[in-house]
Amino acid sequence: MSYLPYAVAAWICLVGIAGIATSKNLIHLAICLTVTQSSSYVLLLSVGYVRHGKAPIFLGTKLGTTAVDPVVQALTLTDIVVSVAVIALILALALDAHRLSGTVDPDHIVDISG
Amino acid sequence: MSWIPPLLVAIPLLTSAVTAGLDHVTPRPVQHAVVIAASAATTSLAFVLLRHAESHEVVHWFGGWAPRRGLALGIDFAVGPLAAGMCAVIGLVVTLALIYSLTFMRASPRLFDALMLVALGAMCGFAMSGDLFNLFVWLELMGAAAYALTGFQVERLGPVQGAVNFAITNSLGGYLFAIGIALIYARTGSLNLAQIGNTLSHGPAGGLVIVAMTLLLCGFLIKGAVVPFHLWAADAYAVAPAPVCAVLGGVMTDIGLIGGARLYWTVFDAPFGQGHAVGDVLLWLGMVTAVLAGTMAFLQRHLKRMLAYSVVCHIGIMLAGIGLLNSAGLAGAELMFLGHALLTAGLFFVAGILHADHGVVDELHLRGRGRGCWATAAVWFAATFGLVGTPYVGIYLGHGSIDDGASELGRGWVLPLLWLGSALAGGALLRAGARIFLGWGDSDDSLLGKAMEEDPLERDVQRPLLVAVAVTAVVLGLAVSVVPGLGQRAEYAAVRFEDRSGYAARVLRDHPFAATPRLPVAIRHTSLESLLYGASATILALGLALAGLYRRRLPRAVSVVARRALAAPIHLLREVHSGVVGDYVTWVAVGTAFVGGTFALLLHG
Repeated sequence: MSYLPYAVAAWICLVGIAGIATSKNLIHLAICLTVTQSSSYVLLLSVGYVRHGKAPIFLGTKLGTTAVDPVVQALTLTDIVVSVAVIALILALALDAHRLSGTVDPDHIVDISG
Repeated sequence: MSWIPPLLVAIPLLTSAVTAGLDHVTPRPVQHAVVIAASAATTSLAFVLLRHAESHEVVHWFGGWAPRRGLALGIDFAVGPLAAGMCAVIGLVVTLALIYSLTFMRASPRLFDALMLVALGAMCGFAMSGDLFNLFVWLELMGAAAYALTGFQVERLGPVQGAVNFAITNSLGGYLFAIGIALIYARTGSLNLAQIGNTLSHGPAGGLVIVAMTLLLCGFLIKGAVVPFHLWAADAYAVAPAPVCAVLGGVMTDIGLIGGARLYWTVFDAPFGQGHAVGDVLLWLGMVTAVLAGTMAFLQRHLKRMLAYSVVCHIGIMLAGIGLLNSAGLAGAELMFLGHALLTAGLFFVAGILHADHGVVDELHLRGRGRGCWATAAVWFAATFGLVGTPYVGIYLGHGSIDDGASELGRGWVLPLLWLGSALAGGALLRAGARIFLGWGDSDDSLLGKAMEEDPLERDVQRPLLVAVAVTAVVLGLAVSVVPGLGQRAEYAAVRFEDRSGYAARVLRDHPFAATPRLPVAIRHTSLESLLYGASATILALGLALAGLYRRRLPRAVSVVARRALAAPIHLLREVHSGVVGDYVTWVAVGTAFVGGTFALLLHG
């Protein structure tokens, strides 16, 4: 078993979080959020990967054929679908921020604090 | 009765889709009627479900994919009395909020109602789900609805800031949760909570499970606005419309915590149940949250922001109750959830009424302008005393039960800190009430920071309707402590919730339920200690409120000492709540690392 995919997933996650934390642009920030999220795709797919496994389409295959785990693929797809809505919403809010304040820098849209 | 749980989700979600789709052809009153009827039907079904859940574990397997020989492949809703009770409270608060918004949100786009129903369906699904991945989907769905509702009135920058901070921190929480799911699935090959618990109960847990638990619990703690993950809450609740705040602050934040409790008691109790390490981490987080958020509430002049911190403060108390890991503590958290949801909703409703009347929700700007509004004043003060935990009012019973749990565990030092938190938050609310409705206190106070501008609000509200809704919420919330039999039923629900192997056997092997004990119908007694703490918290809250109102009249020596001691920490606290989302995300990362590090130190080896 290779540890590489797991290391890659952890790296993507941390880079994404660092990107969100230091972002000066809401659109850039939304992209960083998707980067963070893609780490969970990498993780899920590497969890379900089986060496020499076939695609999990079982129609006409012999019983006992090795296949990769279909559950994680379903999870990944659901994950993507769920997050598209959220990203769209954040981008819409970025547009609103730009309309109201002329900037998409999260440091400059602070209306209330403390 | 296993057909009820899916309906609690299907009714609101389908109605939402239909009203959104037929938006352009339905007359407005018809749409409102349909939406409120759907919400009320969901609530009633939840009460029916609650009755059945007392004597069964109501399990629904979607598509009939029931487990074979204890192995679950399908996806289930598993409902005990706690989950059913939560659905009932959620339904009640959402229904009240929808009635309130009939005139309050008159000029809003019609999708408002549809979004509220999505939030309702998602919260019910979250409460009932017995499947780890479905918990994530419901979490994200209620999140998406909540972000949209928060940023609903984007005429000014505040709502945009609130919604952006809310959406980004909570999505990040969701992604941490997703990574946790992947790790758990890798380790156990299952997504069903009961089955994961069974698998983990064999053999040592190891580092992977600790990392997964950290990510999963932190995902919920972000949703539950626990320090240091709470920073988004004040920004979001300050700007969301009042009925939305009532739903978010009243129920949505709290069910994040209950989700965490569910996860612990179905899954992580198996590998980590011998020690008390996980519970202690939660307990400490809860205590810090209660005191810190209580202090922040006291430093606010914006009513809804003050209420947001008050919510976070009570979240801390509930988390401490959950962290005690015994049935009295969890029962206390349930009872607090019940009282807190209704009282907080009532207070947000009053804030909305003030907003509609005067166009602002700033304590200092409103000074004396609420004179003569007896109904709203009575609601405000009654709800405040209910939230402080004055003996036998509102959250008192829950708080008393948490006290019992702490004493039982030999952690009596928890009590004063928790009561201090609720006295601080209550003191802030009392101070605001006295200033607004009685005209007491100075007209300016530098301690409370600078004012925030408000969106103007449509004026043609049906004021009697708004007041009636607020009164209903608060009266129900106050009664929680004196409803005979409620305390015992909460404790029974907690015992069942914490019985991991029993739950697994009922869900996976369809074991019949052992006979339900006959529960007495009497007001639950609390210890003398709780009575004294409740009374002193009330007195402390009154004292704090007076001190806040007449700060300038304090003796010189006292105010100088207080300023020297408190100025720096208060300044630091305000700086931390910066309103910048990058800072919040940094805190999320730091908090997650801290929680994970502590778990690793306490649990490994």
